Amino acid sequence: MNEIKHPVLIIAAGSDIGAALAQGYASRGCELILTARDPATLATLSSDLELRHRVGVKLVACDVVTTDPDAFFDSLGVVPGTVVMVAGLLGDQAQAAVDTAQANAIMATNYNGPARLLLAAARRMTSGTIIGISSVAGDRGRASNFVYGSAKAGFSAFLSGLRNAHFKAGLHVLTVKPGFVATKMTAGMDLPPLLTAQPRDVAEAIIKAQLGGRNVIYTKSLWWLIMTIIRHIPEAIFKRLSL
Amino acid sequence: MNIQLGGWGRYPRASCAVTTPDTPDAVSATLAALPDSIARGNGRAYGDSALNPDGVISSARLSHLLSFDDATGTLTCEAGVLLGDITDALLPRGWFAPVTPGTRFVTVGGMVASDVHGKNHHGAGSFGDHLDWVDLVLPDGRTLRASRDSEPELFAATCGGMGLTGVIVRAAFRLQRVETSRIRQRTLRAPDLAAALEIFEASAASTYSVAWIDGLAGGARLGRSVVHLGEHARLDELPAADRATPFARAARRPLTVPIDFPGFALSWPTVKAFNELAYHLPATGDRMVDLDPYFYPLDAVFGWNRIYGARGFVQYQCVLPVAESPLGLRRLLEAIAAGGGASFLAVLKRMGPASFGMLSFPMEGYTLAMDFPATPANLALLARLDAITAEHGGRIYLTKDACTTPAAVARGYPRLEAFREVRRRYGLAGRIESLQSRRLEL
Repeated sequence: MNEIKHPVLIIAAGSDIGAALAQGYASRGCELILTARDPATLATLSSDLELRHRVGVKLVACDVVTTDPDAFFDSLGVVPGTVVMVAGLLGDQAQAAVDTAQANAIMATNYNGPARLLLAAARRMTSGTIIGISSVAGDRGRASNFVYGSAKAGFSAFLSGLRNAHFKAGLHVLTVKPGFVATKMTAGMDLPPLLTAQPRDVAEAIIKAQLGGRNVIYTKSLWWLIMTIIRHIPEAIFKRLSL
Repeated sequence: MNIQLGGWGRYPRASCAVTTPDTPDAVSATLAALPDSIARGNGRAYGDSALNPDGVISSARLSHLLSFDDATGTLTCEAGVLLGDITDALLPRGWFAPVTPGTRFVTVGGMVASDVHGKNHHGAGSFGDHLDWVDLVLPDGRTLRASRDSEPELFAATCGGMGLTGVIVRAAFRLQRVETSRIRQRTLRAPDLAAALEIFEASAASTYSVAWIDGLAGGARLGRSVVHLGEHARLDELPAADRATPFARAARRPLTVPIDFPGFALSWPTVKAFNELAYHLPATGDRMVDLDPYFYPLDAVFGWNRIYGARGFVQYQCVLPVAESPLGLRRLLEAIAAGGGASFLAVLKRMGPASFGMLSFPMEGYTLAMDFPATPANLALLARLDAITAEHGGRIYLTKDACTTPAAVARGYPRLEAFREVRRRYGLAGRIESLQSRRLEL
């Protein structure tokens, strides 16, 4: 069993998964550093965490696309023991297909930005855990969301390499591939209940995987089976499918 | 998104357009976009109070604790915070809810809208008596802070107002100090109704009091009860070994009712047998119990509402003035026993003076609450009970209601017209509505 190293830095804590992770770590007594583009939006979350769990919560501004990674980590004044990258942008595939700005935003928010920040984190951490929230969408490009999916595929590959590079030094890297999660990002979508996780369940699965020293997890775990099948469909057949 | 919703009794049900705003500010935009709507907390009102096919605004994401003043015990929080979460956060610091209903799975907004009472109503009053203020989002886009000093009529309409005075988004209320997580419980058996009432009248000094009453016993045993009195245990009353951890609570893994029970599970013979045990089994005398099983015995079984089967159930809860109680309760119990509508979750309690809420339920007297499977025969029985309640100057609890009539409510709630006037004045009538408010013309 690994331990959770403090403080825990959650990048993009205003998302539903980020807020659920903050609750999960705080309930285990962890000191927290939470980021959002506008930290004022985290004020109610922060007061809630302090009241419920009596842990210290620090709020810091961070825009994963524009913030300078080294300046950001230097400004923290402490090297985090755990870094969780939650930032992501689902975007709109149809719009991204015709609008370069939208495609850029999806690529930058899901790959460039997170990867830059985690490189800077890994330069400073000699132990502890880096956790990246990728997606099952990165396991195979599909017509319905391949701009998002390819950026997540890049992020998954990045996390795999980061794990490989820092394993010997003792830095643990955990890749999380959620399927459907009932969040603001998916509000209004008609999601199948059996395949849809609640943010709280995703957060608990992540913390358990961190404690267990896991490398890659799917939430819900049924997604591992689904994506294994999808990954193994021959391209000649896959290109004809509408999944 | 349209979702099939019911109350805790799962009768009636309706497909409702549900929105779940994530900040109080977002509530205002949500309200503006809906023709009419009702707020919904954790769905623990029994009937149709939080149903509206046109719009249901869920407070599930408004679940943040905002501030706590350790000197006064004043908690400020968002409306969707669950009572159980407040207990988990603040009991270890020596604070407990001033008033608690029979489940910890209720939201703060729901407790205000129902002006809930607990086993300490005869001494502590209802939830509104401990409430400093609420923030209400109105259909015209305003957010008003209502309190005893500011918008006092809106405040009085809101406490017990069934969510019909705007969407409650924040509240501040005062908790009570406690020294431990234990309750000193005294159990007494009452062989009939007169004996039960006598115990209550003699127990006014007890902080908590409540009785389980046998709804099927007739004749000389009519109204036989098991009365539980309770006090928060003081630190020096704990066994020496427990004094280092006075707020410890046993971890409980709740049971879950995974399926709807078939109809025969709660037939007359099984309930009769259950009630026989429930009357004779509890040991009388004094003992120390944990706060959770004392206040929330049914919370130990997740989804216990499914034992009534897929058709759902209704709860009848009324209150009668003290002077009318001996006769009125006897008539109610006789009608219930004659109806044979099996029910084992039955509660009797002495209430204290009425509160300031215009539609607040409690009044000085006795309240009787009982569950019935939602069969046509039982719904007819409830109409007879309504008549008896009205004849004895009582009223029914809107939070439990699924089938009463506008006339019965108007008779039981003399300030209903003042409530309607507030609804008109603040632009709420027609914009904040539930299936219940339409059915009862609230």
